Amino acid sequence: MRQVASEQQVTLPPLDDALSLHETGFDSLGFAILVARLEDDLGIDPFTISEDASFPLTIGDFIRAYENVPA
Amino acid sequence: MSPREVFALRDYLGPELKGRTISDARQNVSLTHILEETCLVGRFGELSGRSVLLAVADQLISGIAMTEIDGVARRMLLCPPDLNADHVKTLIEDAEIDAVVTDQPARWADVGVYLVVAARPPVRSGTRAKTERATEWLMLTSGTSGAPKIVSHTLEGLTGAIVADGPARCDRPVWATFYDIRRYGGLQIFLRAVIGGGSMVLTEPGEPLADHIARLQVRGVTHISGTPSHWRKLLMSGSAFGFAPRYVRLSGEIADQAVLDGLSRTFPAASIGHAYASTEAGVGFAVNDGLEGFPAELVGVNRDGVEMKVEDGSLRIRSMRTAHAYVGPHAADLTDRDGFVDTGDMVERRGDRYHFVGRRGGIINIGGLKVHPEEIEAVINRHAEVRMSRAKSRRSPITGAIVVADVILADGSDQSRAAAIRDKILAECRASLASHKVPAVIRFVPSLDVTPAGKLARHDA
Repeated sequence: MRQVASEQQVTLPPLDDALSLHETGFDSLGFAILVARLEDDLGIDPFTISEDASFPLTIGDFIRAYENVPA
Repeated sequence: MSPREVFALRDYLGPELKGRTISDARQNVSLTHILEETCLVGRFGELSGRSVLLAVADQLISGIAMTEIDGVARRMLLCPPDLNADHVKTLIEDAEIDAVVTDQPARWADVGVYLVVAARPPVRSGTRAKTERATEWLMLTSGTSGAPKIVSHTLEGLTGAIVADGPARCDRPVWATFYDIRRYGGLQIFLRAVIGGGSMVLTEPGEPLADHIARLQVRGVTHISGTPSHWRKLLMSGSAFGFAPRYVRLSGEIADQAVLDGLSRTFPAASIGHAYASTEAGVGFAVNDGLEGFPAELVGVNRDGVEMKVEDGSLRIRSMRTAHAYVGPHAADLTDRDGFVDTGDMVERRGDRYHFVGRRGGIINIGGLKVHPEEIEAVINRHAEVRMSRAKSRRSPITGAIVVADVILADGSDQSRAAAIRDKILAECRASLASHKVPAVIRFVPSLDVTPAGKLARHDA
């Protein structure tokens, strides 16, 4: 996330689970890039494979989306 | 009404020019006495007034058969070697085909066409064909999906640019092309060789590039054309050493500055230019100043009768060289009401030049913001350590699509520095492109698919 942030020239606030994604400074393109890179690294994209995945609101939601993917 | 004099290809093949040949890797045929020979076992008379499907796998025999059939048949449909068998029935119906010329007669016995004429390597013939009429030349579009469209040309239209350019400034031009001569770009070179009194060196299916280039050198090729993808492949191969054509042309895809500069460095003595042509729009123009894009003053009416305009961002062309129509009972109109062909090639004016930015259908939509993959590729290809690249769409749960790029590194690039090169490419993209156009992911790949027509494969375009 920090790598994408520096590429996008976004200054990240301190990250914790409660921080809302909106407050990270990432726009939707930033998240699109992050999700694509994570899919390349992890082999999963929880937002596409799960039909009922709700769009995450906080950093914690975002991380849980990855944790909850069945292996 | 007396018909005006009709010229056919055979009228350019007199015995007065000695030493002319047409060759591939297996055969070298003299053109000096070609009018006394036949590939059709002398059966051209049976083709008089017919609609002929020319389905000859062997490119050389196909070329000679064209010279026999032109001026005799009513129409002649040129089949490229990769024609999908599923489309044959529709093509035969739409073009009202009633004769097939082929080097594989057994394959055509049951397609319902009554006359099948076998094509073989040329032998001496007792009779000579005479020009009876202006044969309609039918070609297939090289679209990526669906059935190809049949496009109708005349020899006069096909050779418009060749006649306008005048004879090659070279005593005995030897022409070659990376294209197959059954495609528009390749046919232009074949016609230049026949009409301009030169020789022709054909491609050979499956031949390794190094062997092909060695053959071009042995045959003394002076003039050669191909797509930018063909040329990048040559530049990457290390096979160009010792090959010194005088005339190098690019067409069929966007020629970016990187490939033009690469060719100038590799062939310092050659004239290097790119031409705009398509199966439907014919030859539009040639650009010989070594720069990508084309001068804005070409838009309007040019001195050789080609008229161009830009409407809704796409280039439109009206001239005697465009095709006349799509053929078939359900064929769409080829031109608008004023006779302009919409090329579907999108252009953008920057200063006093227009630049090609991509195909109308090839746009990637990133959350509502749009980009042509070719615009991104041009930026990536500027990087000295990149030989070739392909930008494409990848679906994204956030923005619908994002841009990703596959990149081939140039020869001698240190693969272990891939991460550093990736960062440099991304930095350059960010400096010259809007943020949605910057690739989200860059992959380094050993090769990129090229279609049978010599263009970078864009499966998702």
